[in-house]
Amino acid sequence: MSAVATPPPRKVNRIGLDVLPYRGGKTTLCAGCGHNSISERIIEVLFELGIEPWKVAKMSGIGCSSKTPAYFLNQAHGFNSVHGRAPAVSTGALLANRSLMGIVVTGDGDTASIGIGQFVHMLRRNVPLVYIIENNGVYGLTKGQFSATADRGSKQKSGVMNEMAPIDCCLMGIELGATLVARSFSGDKKQLSTILKACLSHRGLAVVDVVSPCVTFNDHEGSTKSYSYVKDHEIPLQDLNYIPYYEEIGIEMAEGEVLDVRLHDGSLLRLKKLDRDYDPYNKMAAIAAIHEGEQKGEVLTGILYIEQGRDTLHDFLNMVDEPLATLPESRVRPSRQALDMIMEELR
Amino acid sequence: MSTIEVSPVTARTGGQAYRVVNDFSIQVATVNGSGSQTANSVLMRSIFQMGIPVSGKNLFPSNIAGLPTWFTIRANKNGWIGRKKEIDFLVAMNPETAREDVLKLEDGAAVVYDEPLKLKDVRNDLHFYAVPFDKLLVPVCPEAKLRKLVKNMIYDGVVAHLVGIDLEEIRTALFKQFGPKKAKAAELNWNAVQAGKRYAEENLAKTDPFAVERMNKTTGKIMIDGNSAAALGCVFAGCTVVTWYPITPSSSLVEAMIGHFKRLRVDKESGKATYAVLQAEDELAAIGMVIGASWAGARAMTSTSGPGISLMAEFAGLGYYAEVPAVIFDVQRVGPSTGLPTRTAQGDLLKNALLSHGDTRHPMFFPSSPAECFQMAMDAFDFAEQFQTPVFVMTDLDLGMNNWMADPFEYPARPLNRGKVLSKEDLDKAGEFARYRDVDGDGIPYRTLPGTHHPKAAYFTRGSGHNDEAAYTEREEDYINNMDRLARKFETMRKFLPEPEAASSHNATIGIICCGTSRYAVEESRDQLIREYGIETNYLRLKAYPFTARLKEFIAGHERVYVVEQNRDAQLLALMRLELEPALIGKLRSIRYYGGLPLDARTVTDEFATQEGL
Repeated sequence: MSAVATPPPRKVNRIGLDVLPYRGGKTTLCAGCGHNSISERIIEVLFELGIEPWKVAKMSGIGCSSKTPAYFLNQAHGFNSVHGRAPAVSTGALLANRSLMGIVVTGDGDTASIGIGQFVHMLRRNVPLVYIIENNGVYGLTKGQFSATADRGSKQKSGVMNEMAPIDCCLMGIELGATLVARSFSGDKKQLSTILKACLSHRGLAVVDVVSPCVTFNDHEGSTKSYSYVKDHEIPLQDLNYIPYYEEIGIEMAEGEVLDVRLHDGSLLRLKKLDRDYDPYNKMAAIAAIHEGEQKGEVLTGILYIEQGRDTLHDFLNMVDEPLATLPESRVRPSRQALDMIMEELR
Repeated sequence: MSTIEVSPVTARTGGQAYRVVNDFSIQVATVNGSGSQTANSVLMRSIFQMGIPVSGKNLFPSNIAGLPTWFTIRANKNGWIGRKKEIDFLVAMNPETAREDVLKLEDGAAVVYDEPLKLKDVRNDLHFYAVPFDKLLVPVCPEAKLRKLVKNMIYDGVVAHLVGIDLEEIRTALFKQFGPKKAKAAELNWNAVQAGKRYAEENLAKTDPFAVERMNKTTGKIMIDGNSAAALGCVFAGCTVVTWYPITPSSSLVEAMIGHFKRLRVDKESGKATYAVLQAEDELAAIGMVIGASWAGARAMTSTSGPGISLMAEFAGLGYYAEVPAVIFDVQRVGPSTGLPTRTAQGDLLKNALLSHGDTRHPMFFPSSPAECFQMAMDAFDFAEQFQTPVFVMTDLDLGMNNWMADPFEYPARPLNRGKVLSKEDLDKAGEFARYRDVDGDGIPYRTLPGTHHPKAAYFTRGSGHNDEAAYTEREEDYINNMDRLARKFETMRKFLPEPEAASSHNATIGIICCGTSRYAVEESRDQLIREYGIETNYLRLKAYPFTARLKEFIAGHERVYVVEQNRDAQLLALMRLELEPALIGKLRSIRYYGGLPLDARTVTDEFATQEGL
């Protein structure tokens, strides 16, 4: 038998897919943009966890960040909607089909300015989806104006300083009803991947504020959203590990050193304490710690808050388990007898 | 002592023997928040039960309690149920407006009034009936705090006696209104009706000519408001997602839907809802959720009025350009900005047709009756999914919030039309899928739903420039090709929208066109024009936009055509101008009313006569 040159076996994940369906179109963002790193993490995580791409709805608003759903997950439906309105469109999509896994990518302009009204109401409703804010403190597509998340004292390239108070989307998330709130940095691969995995295993609204430097308009000296500033000021709260439900949990850790969080789908999130004590179950303490960090110029990252078992929008509305979108006519159009009965009452 | 006040006999009444049967209007003037709605509904329904065509118009303020409100009931043997301009029978309960209300009446009208108002000396050409409401109230309603709510039922008894409404019909209407759960309250109100009736019998001698007599013209009919009818239509259309923001006069539409949903759409086994109703934070979010839900395949709708429509403009453009279905009810009210929130108009026609920036066009349905609200709600969902575009259902406050005598609704004859949606199996067969490709030449592309398990199913929806594969583009040809296809799709709509309703006479050279609730005034006006001027007219009532070919034929077939509508700027006519050739445009004349009350025939007839030089 003659030797045949066989191509190297392609790497497949646990549902037998290679990475192609998880990839997207070629990015059109600037080289070095933090948003591209986030897209890469999304691709890696979804591939690694073996999430079926067609079950995902990729949603976004308008802006640099909102373009990115085109750059990952080719085999998922995507909706690049209207500036600031991703929360409403995503809420609608998840009302129509509750079996979809909603991944929303927005920016700080979307979330903290034009769409802040929609953002806070999505928080109140605990809409079950993953809401990522690619936060760079500026408007990139319109060439570098401050956004509402720009820190006090941060400078534009031209030297103009922001004097107004910043909006902290994580504080709003904790305060107003998100049930998993995390902050990360686009440059921290491991932490961001682990947080994204935890979010995908969570039942409820997960808000992730990812500081994602804009290399073109906000990566200079004097900016508080530059790579170097965030590297210097980031304080990770925990060393994070994620063990998916389909894998055996390896090493048992001594109590006190770690906090094990059993997520909704059975996966385990293991938080190993770093320098300081931090209880992500304690809402008041979390809010206080974030405020204190802000005063000291620290960027606290990690799992900031988690609350499990709280009802989601689907529970509030007591919806059937199946997607409303595809219920058969027999279940959505009442009978002739029902109409006759109503007509009789109206006579 | 008698409290009868007999007015001098006037030219109009001509004495006791002269009777006006089943052809008059009653206006009840009260203070809002005083519970008069129940008394008025019962009065109207009792006339309906006697088989006489009847309509009711609630003219209410944008206020919870304390401002003047008027309710007008019209009984008409010929079936003219539009608003009648003249008031024949006034029930004056509101001290603030009583004098003005009386001064506005034409001679010969009748006035029932609360005795302390001392109205009989205001004029000497009317029939006055004083009723000491408070004195009558004490024995029938010992509990002082309830008296305010029961007081108005007394005039039902008085009016019933004076015009000859069978008291049993009042009783039936009243107990139906309260329902079995509120039997005690109904009993209390019934006592008040009887007290009014007794008082009138013993103390008032009838001098006015207005009377009702039994007919059989309401047999089989129902009574319902347009918002409830539309709500029922949405439920029978299989709507699954409703997102809304409260606004007068549309709120009762969604509230009625919630009622029907709870009753008809809860899964028997699981006790869970086959629907989702979510009150949004504003109209932007409401329509955004509709777009998201429809994109994901649900039958989704919202309901609003003018100010809400203004906020929805951005998403309407996205819906048009990204081709996402949506059903939007616009229960029109008056004016720019806040305007007159509790008055009626047809003032959003032009805005909705072109809502949003760029080149944008939207289809609209124009229901004119509760039965059409029901039918067109179902049509709108089919149409939105068939054409993958937002559809506006243009009702108004008059239709939406007033009770109407209506034909019973017919069960839908055809199954839901979910449009060109490709399943996994379809994709297997086709082998390819391009979201915005005009495969069938009708401008309507195919779509897939999120969650479809097929490697070719996914596409990327965007409001930015896209080619036929839904990929981003800024290329000139791609943009033009797509916009031309959208225009083609809009042309296709004309073949699928309901044809206008037409009525013609042999010799008519003049046509009249209208849409929606303007029909009631126009249809009666055509009768007035024959009787008063001997002029016959032909008539076309439009049911949808874009217009079908029938519009051009109609205009071409007449010397002049009057377009009657309820707005200042001739919006319906303006939409016709956008697509008609100059020769046809030259034939168009305009009759407009924009005062906020339901349009009446007299206004149309008088304006027609003026323009015709009659």
